[in-house]
Parts: sequence; C-alpha cells; structure tokens
Amino acid sequence: MDLLKKRQLKKFRYNLSTYLMIIIAYAIIMLLSFQGKISSLLNGLLVPFCTYSILAVSLNLVVGISGELSLGHAGFMCIGAFSSAIFTRYMKFLGVEGLYLFVIAIIIGAVSAAVFGLLIGIPVLRLKGDYLAIVTLAFGEIIKNIVNAIYLGFDEHGAHISLKNAMDLGLSDKGFIVIKGAQGITGTPHYSSFTAGVILLLIVVTIILNLINSRTGRNIKALRDNRIAAESVGISAMKYKLIAFIIASSMAGVAGVLYAHNLTTLTALPKNFGYNMSITILVFVVLGGMGKIRGSIIAAVILTLLPEMLRSLQDYRMLIYSIVLICVMIFTSAPSMKQYIEVAKSKLKHIRKSFSKSKEGI
Amino acid sequence: MDFLTYLVSGLSLGSIYAIIALGYTMVYGIAKMLNFAHGDVLMIGAYISFVFINQLGLDPILSLLLACISCTIIGIVIERIAYKPLRGANSLSVLITAIGVSYFLQNIALLIFGANTKSYKSIVSLPPLHLFDGNLNISSESIVTILLCIIIMIALTTFINKTKMGQAMLAVSEDRSASTLMGINVNGTIAMTFAIGSFLAGIAGVLLCSAYPTLTPTTGAMPGIKAFVAAVIGGIGSIPGAFIGGLILGVLENLSKAYISAQLSDAIVFSLLIIMLLVKPSGILGKTSIEKV
Amino acid sequence: MKDNIMLSVKNLSITFGGLHAVENFNLDIRENELYGLIGPNGAGKTTIFNLLTGVYKPTTGSITLNGVNKIEGKNTIEINKMGIARTFQNIRLFNQLTVHDNVKIALQNKYRYSTISGILRLTRYRRYEALMDEEALALLKVFNLENEATMKSSNLPYGKQRKLEIARAIATNPKVLLLDEPAAGMNENETKELMNTIKLVKDKFNMTILLIEHDMKLVKGICEELTVLNFGKVLAQGPTDEVLKNKEVIKAYLGE
Repeated sequence: MDLLKKRQLKKFRYNLSTYLMIIIAYAIIMLLSFQGKISSLLNGLLVPFCTYSILAVSLNLVVGISGELSLGHAGFMCIGAFSSAIFTRYMKFLGVEGLYLFVIAIIIGAVSAAVFGLLIGIPVLRLKGDYLAIVTLAFGEIIKNIVNAIYLGFDEHGAHISLKNAMDLGLSDKGFIVIKGAQGITGTPHYSSFTAGVILLLIVVTIILNLINSRTGRNIKALRDNRIAAESVGISAMKYKLIAFIIASSMAGVAGVLYAHNLTTLTALPKNFGYNMSITILVFVVLGGMGKIRGSIIAAVILTLLPEMLRSLQDYRMLIYSIVLICVMIFTSAPSMKQYIEVAKSKLKHIRKSFSKSKEGI
Repeated sequence: MDFLTYLVSGLSLGSIYAIIALGYTMVYGIAKMLNFAHGDVLMIGAYISFVFINQLGLDPILSLLLACISCTIIGIVIERIAYKPLRGANSLSVLITAIGVSYFLQNIALLIFGANTKSYKSIVSLPPLHLFDGNLNISSESIVTILLCIIIMIALTTFINKTKMGQAMLAVSEDRSASTLMGINVNGTIAMTFAIGSFLAGIAGVLLCSAYPTLTPTTGAMPGIKAFVAAVIGGIGSIPGAFIGGLILGVLENLSKAYISAQLSDAIVFSLLIIMLLVKPSGILGKTSIEKV
Repeated sequence: MKDNIMLSVKNLSITFGGLHAVENFNLDIRENELYGLIGPNGAGKTTIFNLLTGVYKPTTGSITLNGVNKIEGKNTIEINKMGIARTFQNIRLFNQLTVHDNVKIALQNKYRYSTISGILRLTRYRRYEALMDEEALALLKVFNLENEATMKSSNLPYGKQRKLEIARAIATNPKVLLLDEPAAGMNENETKELMNTIKLVKDKFNMTILLIEHDMKLVKGICEELTVLNFGKVLAQGPTDEVLKNKEVIKAYLGE
C-alpha cells in the first residue's frame, strides 16, 4: 500500500500544480492589470490564451489519452461558436442581455458540439486505423463551407434558413437576419473575459484530470495501449472511444463560445475555424507532450504569445510548426531514437552508480 | 446533352483523383501508413512544371517529365528523412509526422512562390472535341486525362503482376516480416512505392492544373484528401479500387456541382465517405483483413 | 462438483479462404480441471482460443459455458462478462500504464461506476476506487508482483509480464481461464515457478483452466487431461499419461 500511496500523492501533486499554475498566473495578471502595467497587446491575448488552452487540453484527451487523431477540432469549435452566437445575438435583438445568457450560451455551445461529435464518432470509431483523422478533417471543412453558405433570420413566423442569399429568407419587415452568409454574425455581445476564460479552463482541466484518473479514463487508456487486450477484459472500444471523443468535442465547443463572445464579428475563415487551426492545436498538444495536460496549456500559451511578440516570425510560423511536428515525432517515437535514449539513460545510471561507489570508497 | 458534358468532365476529374489515389493506396497497402503529404507533392509538381512552362518556356511534355522526376526525388527524400525513422512506431506518430510534412511542403511553396494565385497554362494545346453538332463539347484536357489514366492503370497493373519488383511489393504488403525473411529488401521496396506514387502525383499535378488553371500552395490539399476518400471508397490497397473510387468521386462531385449546389459539393462527396464507412468499411474492392491475435 | 462440465465445445470448425484452420473440434472440460491443448505450430491452437473468446466467429459448431450459456456468435466483451478470460501468445499488456492499473482495469466490470461519478468524484467513485486498489494489490501479491505495483508494465521483466497477464485475466473473475503458451521464452526456473503459480490459481480461485503449451515438462507436470491437435484436427484426447504414450502423437511430435 505504501507504494500506491506514494504514487497517488505524486498524481495529487501533479494535479494540484496544474491548478495552482493557472490560478497563480491569473492572479499575477490581474494584479498587473489593476496597476495598469499590462500592454494592450497582452491584454488582447488574455482570452485567446484561455480559448487555445481549452482547445489544446481537450484535443489532448483525444490524441494523447485516447490515441486517436482528430483533425476537425476547429470544426467543433466552429459549431460551438455559431450555435451560441445565434442564441445571444437573437437575444440581444430581442433586447435581452446579461451574463446569465453567457452561461446558457456555453451550455448550448457544449451540447451542440457534443451532438456533432456523437454523429461523427459513431460511424468512424467502429473502425480501426486512420479513418478518424480523414473524416474529422472532412467534417471540419464541411462545417466551414456550410456556415459560409448559410443565411439565417427570425421574424414573427419563426426561423428562416436559406443557402442562397438574404432575400431568399423571405423575412417580414419585423424580421432580423442573424447569419449573413460569408459575412457571418455581426454584433455579438461581448461576454467573454479573462476571468470567465480562466474559470472555464479550470472546469475543463478538472473534468479531464478527474476523468483520466477514473474508471472511464483508465478504460480509454487501456484501449489506446492495446485494443485487443482491452476488449478481452470486457471493455467496449466503441463506447469509451466515443466518450473521449464527445467530451473533447463539447469542450472545443465551449472554446468556440468563448471565442465568439470575445469578438464583435464572427465569420468562419480558414484562419479561425479551418484546417490550419486544427493543426495549430495539434502542434500545441504534440509540443506540450501527448497526454500531458499541464504541458498542453503551457505550449498553448507560449505558442500564442511568441508569434505576437515576434511579428517577423509570423511568415515563418506555420513552417516552423511543421518542422516542430516532424522533429518532435521523430525524437519521441522513432524506435531507433527510443533505443538511443534507453542506452543513454542506462549509461547515465551507470555513471551515477560508479560515482556514488567511488564516493563510498573514500 | 448537358448531362453528358458534366459526366465527361466528371470522368476527367475522376481520372485525376484516380491517379492521385493510386499513390495513396499503394503507400497505404505497402508501408501501412496514410501519406498525408501526397497531395502536397502534387502541388509541388504543379509549381515545378509551372516554372518550366510559363517562366522558362520549355516544351510542355519535357516539363511534365521534369516535374515528375522532381516529384519522385522529393517523394524518396521525404520517405527517407521523415517516415523511415518511424518505421515500427505507432500509427498515430507516423500520421502526425505526415501532417507535418504536408504542412512543410505547403509553407515552403508559400515562401517561394507567394500566396498569389498563379494562372497555369494548359500543357494540352489541342482543339476541343465537338460531337452531336456541337451539343457535346469535350475539352482536349479531358480526353488526354482519361486516356492517360487508363494507360497508367494498365501499366501499373502489369508492373505489379509481371515484374519482380511488383511481386516484391505485393509480398511486403501481405507480410512485411515474412518478406524480410524471404530476402526481399523491404526498405528498398517501400522507397520504390513512394517513388512511383510521387511520380504519378507529378502527372496528376500537371493534369489538374491544366484542367483547373489556378495554382496556389493549397492546390494539392483538397484533391489530395478527396483522392484518399476515393481510395477508401474503392477499397484501400486495391489498384482497380482506386480507379473505380476516383471515377465515382469525380462524377459525383461534378454532378452535384451542376445540379445541387456548388458550395455543398464537397459536403456531398464527404458524406459518401461516411456512408461507405458505415455500410462497407473495406471499400468496394477491399478485402476484409483478419487481425492476427 | 468435479464432474460438472464447465466448457463444452461441439463440432467447432472455421475456414479461412478455403483453409480448414479448425475442423470438427470437440472438447469437454470439467469444472476446476487443468486441461492442456498441445500440437505443432500452426495446428490451430490459438485459433481455438480466438473462437472461444469471440475474436473469430466459427463457421459451424457450438460452444457452451457451464451447461447453459451459449458462447458462439457473441463478441469478445460479452464472452468476457460471461466468464471466459485469456492471455495472449505475444504478451499484450497496457504498456504505458502501471502494473497496478493493468489489474485495476480488469476489475472495471465488477466495480462499475458512471463517467459522471468519476468526474465529480462522488462517494461511489471513492468507495469503489478504494476497493479496487485493495483487490488489485491482493491479486498482485498472489503473483509476487506487489513490489512492482507502481512500475510501468512495459518495464517489467519478461517472466513477470506473463504473470501480470494472468493476474489481469483473473481480475475479470472468470469461470474459465485460457492461457496461451504461458511459459514461452521462460527459463527452467521461471517455468517451475509458473507451474506453481498456475496450480495455486487453480486451487485458490477454483478456476477451470485450458492451457496451450509447448513445454512438455509443464504439460506433464500439471495438466490432468490433454487434447493433441494437428492440422486443425484432433489427433488424440484423454488423460495426460495415456495421450502422451499414443503412437500418433509421438509421430506427430517427433517424426517417424
């Protein structure tokens, strides 16, 4: 039992340090901002820090913990952003505003992204292999296309949807257009704040850390490590991979809500909801360490901050990301590299041992 | 007659998909990996031929050949540097590396050629074919593409079935470790597969840009993904499957563009993939493989 | 109780593309019996395990557990819940997880709690986790693995990995345990220790065990009955001593 207690203590410390890291960073930034010592550049990045951290942590659940690759994470973010913004924008049109609407918006975003996660997960997660990657990628593009093509308006007769143009909606003069095709949604209320972002991040991190250390989380990890063995002890691959995928999707939806209510205009561009974004999040996860929740947050913050601070890097950002992806993978996963590392480790141990022996000798 | 026109241009687009899908399906069958960067090799090939034809004024056929050779070299180099070290690693790591390579190629192209769209001059300079008193017009690009695709199919099938190298490829795709024991150079065979796939990507790049003359660093991304979808629908690992899948996809895309919605044609194409995965995950001509326990 | 048939296989066959991997296989194992399945490489032994655990679906035949439960046609997960657990010829552990977690995962069907109570850490979560920790540790002690409990399972030495696999299978609380070449790659001492462990498991957990093995010493030492398989067909069946004297068996194993 002693060994187990030690191990549990270690886990507890890791979790605690993750929470503390977020809380302390929050406290420092709040303190500085009260003193007016935060540049407007940094100020503008505070909510994105939280958005990207949530995205990275949730993608880590799929990639690092569940061992599947989703390339449509930005698509789920897009679903969350638009579904919630439709709600808050329409409420604003009706003259209803208030922070409690933001809470409802978050729930709407999370649930709609989860529903899409379920719809995509069921056909794909039954299969073995790399299908999830390609289907989620396709899904992300479809969502972006549809959102760019859609017109949505409300009047006293209810909702009107068209894929053609604003006129085609046939709204009455009391009507109001929420989504104007490629122009997206304008005038979304600005509900997001750094505080809200940090609270959401803490909730997301708590859910994931608790999940990982529970029965469900262990089953997910077992499937990742050896699907056949996991099934032989009675774990349903479909069920647990789906749970991980849906939770991650709904969290991406929450990130989308945070994103949407930090801007006045919401459009679906390749930059924010496209394939590029999904890859950027993947880079956060890979660089922060597969399955490492704290690492994902740190990587997300640093890689959001760096290109903003070094503007000259902007042009090379994606190029550097791609090289980072390749190098990290080769250094951490290549069998020959693993061997080198093992050998180096054992040599180091040897040196240490002989060192301590020589000490004893004296 | 409109329908026939759409059908023929769909077959032509499908032929391009089929040629790209061949690269995917061979690499997937033999190296057991999804080479995400395949579509981007195509894009690089298109840029290289663009430089030769439009800027250096070289002969189109010679440019095509040079582009294909460059693609072959790029394919081999990518395999050697990025994929070979990861042989035996888990498939997730290989897939992420492939995405990294795909991104690398796109961004290199962006830095060298810029984000501006290049207008590509077709390599085919024959007049279009008019049939039924001009009611059915078939562009010369379509004819060349479809013919070339058929020739490639026949040549590749012959190569696989009749040559030693082709048989080695089949053996490696069946059982890699047994092939090693039989004295087959597995690394060489895999490199050869990448070489052939990339060579074909070069052809596809030139044909694609001849038919749709806009060239940007992301030109290869979408056709690449769709070709993979075609390979999955036809049955991954199967050469005739890639051909059939490519044609189905090309025709479906063109018809839905014409009759349903241009904006939603991609969504329709991808929906076919999801339906296929639900109904017959192994694809039209794919084998259901038995996992060894 | 000794005469109660725990696992009964009738006319089991499977064909892979025209090849009869297993043909008309019959087997009756009594409760708490240690039964051996031997035969040359490629005889179809592992295929039978895969049929018994639902990895493959049989072409024909029936499998009955404990006289009532039909196994054929069920999937791996259902079969495990009904009471058949197995180990694998090439070890399949949850490599990145600790030794303790490997066993804990196998306890997941016994101590079920929902994802929600896991996330919210409700009382059910706390109570069951404590119970699982204890039970997993107790199982590890049976296999002398308690000192490695927090080690990553892939870092265990080979012999201990095999033992962990058995521990994990037992954690699912099966009626029948299938062991696929448990002594493969072990030296003589390790094999002896393993023999004792298997006997101990059989007695302590009142387990019915079907065992594939090449190590004749182990087979002779612990198996009460044997079936010899060759090219997918039964060559001989019966009490161990008799079967090993059978001329056909000697021929198949040693050649003419």
